[in-house]
Amino acid sequence: MVLDVEKAARWIHRLNGKIQEQKQYLTDLDQAIGDGDHGINLARGFQEAANAISANSYQDLGALCKDVAMTLIGKVGGASGPLYGTAFMKLSMAWKGQKEIDREALAKGFKDALEGLKMRGKAQPGDKTMIDVWEPAVAYMAGEGPLNGEELASVAKEKMEGTKELEAKKGRAAYLGKRSIGHIDPGAASSYLLFSTLAEVIGEGESA
Amino acid sequence: MEYVSLVLISHSKEVAEGLKKILNQVQPDVKVAAAGGADGEIGTNALAIKEAIESVYSEKGVVILFDLGSAHINAELALEMLGEDKDVRIADAPLVEGAYAAVVEAGMGSSLEEVVQSSERARNLKKMND
Repeated sequence: MVLDVEKAARWIHRLNGKIQEQKQYLTDLDQAIGDGDHGINLARGFQEAANAISANSYQDLGALCKDVAMTLIGKVGGASGPLYGTAFMKLSMAWKGQKEIDREALAKGFKDALEGLKMRGKAQPGDKTMIDVWEPAVAYMAGEGPLNGEELASVAKEKMEGTKELEAKKGRAAYLGKRSIGHIDPGAASSYLLFSTLAEVIGEGESA
Repeated sequence: MEYVSLVLISHSKEVAEGLKKILNQVQPDVKVAAAGGADGEIGTNALAIKEAIESVYSEKGVVILFDLGSAHINAELALEMLGEDKDVRIADAPLVEGAYAAVVEAGMGSSLEEVVQSSERARNLKKMND
């Protein structure tokens, strides 16, 4: 088992905490190359998502992820709401009826989520988006060796930092063209938080 | 007579509502729904868009017009949540001019395809004479 309902709930709460903590940082990144609402929108959405799952007890990872998805879709006004909402919806479909999952199911869920993100945002690796973090992080999860939380987090961090050198091809940042170079993509930064908190939770004991 | 209906998506509630008023005056027979803003703030919301489509749904079809980036992403998500058996199309058109052309075309009893085409032609409309 790498993830169960208790750990998944801990993940969402941890991720929400990080987003609240880094709300200003995410907003600053978005003010540089976007429309400046990324931190505010995600802070609102994940706070609501954390509240929603606290109000329930779950026997099913699918149900938990679905509640997160619907909250993000309903509460986040920018592009990040439907994008993260789609990712959690794909996780919920992949993990439907499962109380706990092994690494294979974890990787399958995230592969589906990545496909959902590509379909929804029509972005490819190199476009300076969240995909630049998701693609390598998911490839690591689906890889051969043992699943190591620290390695997963460091892959995500390195790729997030790598978006600094890229020229934006999607979203509001694409209007800036070459002027987007030199800034970390805000969606890549929030995606790093998603994978680093997941990595922490996976690395922890049953109920730390 | 049955008409194609329209759904207007804007990041601003006021833009969507205001445009709806213009269209209602131009052609009161065509049903128009406004889905502007997200939870009272600037943004767009897939659930609100889905409800707007349902509120004016016509067997003849529904055309969606949107303003910027994430409105398109949310429109596609709303369509997915509605299911595939619904005749709903997203027009690649400027919001105000496209919606104006769409309501005129829809008011003539035209088909879904014709309404989409008329609104998309508004992209090349010159607003001033040389």
